[in-house]
Amino acid sequence: MSAFGERMSYLGEAVASAMSVAIHPRRFRFGDFALAFQRAACDGLPVCMGMGFLLGLILAFESAVSLRTFGLHSYVAALLAIGLFRELGPIITAIVLAGRSGSAFAAEIGAMKTDDELDALSTMGLAPVGFLVMPRVAAAALAMPVLTIFAELSGLVGGALVLAAMDVPPVVFWSNVVSASSAFIIALGLAKSVLFGAMVGLIGCIAGLRTRMSADGVGVSTTAAVVGGIVSVAVADGVIAVLCHVWNI
Amino acid sequence: MEHIVELEHVDAGYGGKTVLSDVSFSVERGEIFALLGGSGCGKSTLMKHMIGLNPVLAGRLTVAGEEWSAASRARLCRRIGVMYQSGALFGSMTCLGNVMLPLEEFSPLSRRERRAKAMELLASVGLEDAAGKMPAEISGGMKKRVAIARAMALDPDVVFLDEPGAGLDPLTSSALDELVLRLREERGMTFIMVTHELDSIFATADRCAVFDAARRSMVALGAPRWLADECEDEFTRMFLRRGGRA
Ligand SMILES: Nc1ncnc2c1ncn2[C@@H]1O[C@H](COP(=O)(O)OP(=O)(O)O)[C@@H](O)[C@H]1O
Ligand SMILES: [Mg+2]
Repeated sequence: MSAFGERMSYLGEAVASAMSVAIHPRRFRFGDFALAFQRAACDGLPVCMGMGFLLGLILAFESAVSLRTFGLHSYVAALLAIGLFRELGPIITAIVLAGRSGSAFAAEIGAMKTDDELDALSTMGLAPVGFLVMPRVAAAALAMPVLTIFAELSGLVGGALVLAAMDVPPVVFWSNVVSASSAFIIALGLAKSVLFGAMVGLIGCIAGLRTRMSADGVGVSTTAAVVGGIVSVAVADGVIAVLCHVWNI
Repeated sequence: MEHIVELEHVDAGYGGKTVLSDVSFSVERGEIFALLGGSGCGKSTLMKHMIGLNPVLAGRLTVAGEEWSAASRARLCRRIGVMYQSGALFGSMTCLGNVMLPLEEFSPLSRRERRAKAMELLASVGLEDAAGKMPAEISGGMKKRVAIARAMALDPDVVFLDEPGAGLDPLTSSALDELVLRLREERGMTFIMVTHELDSIFATADRCAVFDAARRSMVALGAPRWLADECEDEFTRMFLRRGGRA
């Protein structure tokens, strides 16, 4: 089977087992989900907040410095809010998730494969996709909106600090943020984040399942998980941006 | 006699690549059957066919009278148990959790009964004390014993053992041989093992199938003593006499 065909067959199996979990919710391995969610969401929170804060700080600073020449620096709040909610929040969080969790999924599942644990699951009659992939993908998809919200809020705090230093009071900053953003834009960003989370999780798990039985197998899979996760999230984000433009969203 | 596993003119291999051709033998209930041959002759390949991981290239392979197929898979998986070379215990669960896993997924027992059954299985491999330990905390020989307990959890018809003695010191390895003999005695279990440890074969196996990489086929079938002393195949006699026993 070609590499592409192999990935597609895992994808098909994942969709089938997601449907089977929807029909028989008791088959879902909740313990594994909880552990993966804790590692992705709780343990990943400080990194995402730190990244969001720095990004907000830097963006606000760079744009405020240019816009201040024209006395327009109070508009930075609106710029930052829309940028973070629509694009940057979900994207940077997905990149952090790919680096932290996509790689971890690939390494965990890859190590299990080289130790014959995947074969052991199969001969017990348990499909590795349903058993290992479903809980991890669900954890990644559900961790993303949580992480994204915290990253976005941290970004806004960073922006508020910069503008406060340029004599825009935080009250004015927040009211500009609120008037620029809408529930729809925030929801669109969060919906994207769920999609990105599922993609990063699935790509990480599939990289793990495809691990070669050689000394460098797990390392190669981990790289594939991170690179594949980031690139496909960027492509998906581009497609969504085009669709939003076409549909005037 | 009841054939638990039966191969008729089976070609073993991967995709387009044939590793062994025209293999035929059958394993009876209660038998300890060994697959024997040099490294790379195709023992593991043949075992992967028997446990349903890969389809055979040609011929007919049945387990408990049924061929592996999408329809029979769920049934057949419950009739076999497999001990992998490393044990393949799940690192995130305790030893007890590993033995309970097949019970949790497939047995109608209550939670308490499953636990009791798993403890009884661990006791039968002499490891009730390790129940709460993680696989990383126990030795290689203990891992293999836990893996045998897990393989027997659903009372299968046959347990496959991949290189049970590999990586173990001679004492631990012979303790494992005794365990296999005892489990056959107590539970009437059938074992099919892949090995090239001649001591272990003379101690446990009722019959062996011998494979030769050069001829890409099964070259002899019979009791180990007979293979070493009387078999007409030169390669087989040589192979079994290397054990230093003959
Ligand atoms: N996944 C695979 N794909 C293709 N060929 C393989 C694969 N695994 C093993 N082989 C080949 O099959 C032959 C038999 O290997 P194997 O069954 O592992 O031998 P044994 O277990 O008897 O040492 C070897 O020539 C090996 O190179
Ligand atoms: Mg082998």
